[in-house]
Amino acid sequence: MSIPFYVAPEQMVRDKAEFARKGIARGRSIVAVDYADGVLILAENPSTALHKISEVYDRIAFAGVGRYNEFETLRKAGIRQADLMGYLYSREDVTAMGLATAFSQTLGVIFIRDPKPYEVEILLAEISEDGEEHRLFRITYDGTLYDERRYVAIGGKAEQLVEALEDIWAEDMTLEQAFAACMEAFRRAEGRDPEGWEVAVLDGGNGRRAFRRLDPSELAVE
Amino acid sequence: MIEKPTGPLPLDAPVPGSSFSDLLHWMGATPEVAIPPGTHAVSAPEGTTVLALRHLGGVVMAGDRRATEGHLVAHRRIRKVFPADEYSAIAIAGTAGLAMDMVKLFQVELEHYEKIEGIRLSLDGKASFLARLVRGQLPMAFQGLVVVPLFAGYDDKEAKGRVYSFDVVGGRYEETDFGSTGSGARLAKSFLRTAYEEDMTLDAAMALAVNALVAASTEDTGTGAPDLKRGILPNVVRIDADGLVEVPDETVFPLAEDAVENVR
Repeated sequence: MSIPFYVAPEQMVRDKAEFARKGIARGRSIVAVDYADGVLILAENPSTALHKISEVYDRIAFAGVGRYNEFETLRKAGIRQADLMGYLYSREDVTAMGLATAFSQTLGVIFIRDPKPYEVEILLAEISEDGEEHRLFRITYDGTLYDERRYVAIGGKAEQLVEALEDIWAEDMTLEQAFAACMEAFRRAEGRDPEGWEVAVLDGGNGRRAFRRLDPSELAVE
Repeated sequence: MIEKPTGPLPLDAPVPGSSFSDLLHWMGATPEVAIPPGTHAVSAPEGTTVLALRHLGGVVMAGDRRATEGHLVAHRRIRKVFPADEYSAIAIAGTAGLAMDMVKLFQVELEHYEKIEGIRLSLDGKASFLARLVRGQLPMAFQGLVVVPLFAGYDDKEAKGRVYSFDVVGGRYEETDFGSTGSGARLAKSFLRTAYEEDMTLDAAMALAVNALVAASTEDTGTGAPDLKRGILPNVVRIDADGLVEVPDETVFPLAEDAVENVR
């Protein structure tokens, strides 16, 4: 049996983090913002078949950037976890907080244990039963969990998007205003014309399943 | 060697990975009921007459509210007609406790598939899955704990409503016009057979459904007649191209009133 070379933990973590960050930076970004009736999630996505945003449970949505197969694995695992909890206990026992910590722990274990970390960043959004309270979580490749407010961005241009949203975001925007605000944020952050949108909302007015995909052409108010 | 799980998320799943009930089984979360050999008289509440019929724009499904245990009425307001998803409904007859669990699992299964695959199962696909669930109950059926559902929905490919009935071993049969299951099913069906017309309007179909239930209740002790005084009314759902709607009591009340009046 061969003995593996010794690598200092600091070195290993640094190398893996750099590798993951490089992979994520190549991908297109996603933002989620609060608006009057819920949460709007907007992704730049040239494909109409492969989704980056998805429904996880009644009032919880998922979005992922990075390697498609990796965030798709996580998305499905999240749906499994949520449906199992809701079936074994009650639908109200499934929360974004619970799921976010599960994503965080799982990504943390993969980051440390597997030879190659996942090159992904995850976003979870949740609205309360009455649509009044909104929760936004961001989970990075190494399992770090951030509890965000008002708006959140993931992907290569996340920092620039958040900077732009600090300027643009306003309280109690309508859906159309929120969409326009997100597009403006993308324009400022990317400095180029986007190649197609994927839009979804969690809206309190949608009944038990708050998640809806929207057609971006119907939202545009240009 | 057992591999250490990667955190709390179920990253792995049985193949094909889109079935919730397979996942549940695979994770060992299905209750294992070992029935000792020999016969056992288990007494549990039973639900009775449910029916579904096709009309011009889709289907109507209805059920009475009674559950019986032997000769006694166990529950007066039990619910036997449930939405399965946005375009289909499931109604149950037989051992109530097992049937309710089957409904819950069926509902989660359909939604789980839709979320995982990003597309809804076809109506036929839903019916075949339900047949599998019924087949899974077979050992219990030998103990006298029988569950027989009725399934109906709107098929958007064929642009029509469809009704499926089942038997105790998981046989699945598509009905051309209407279906019924439960202790009063035979009575309900003979009523439907004489009064059913092709391409009925929705209103006529809802009235017929309630009438057939009331007809069944006059001769079958297991089927509860509408109790207008206490507001115990049949559950009625309608499904068409726009999806499933649970018909409110205000709409069902006059239909039940007429039906009770008309019955001889």
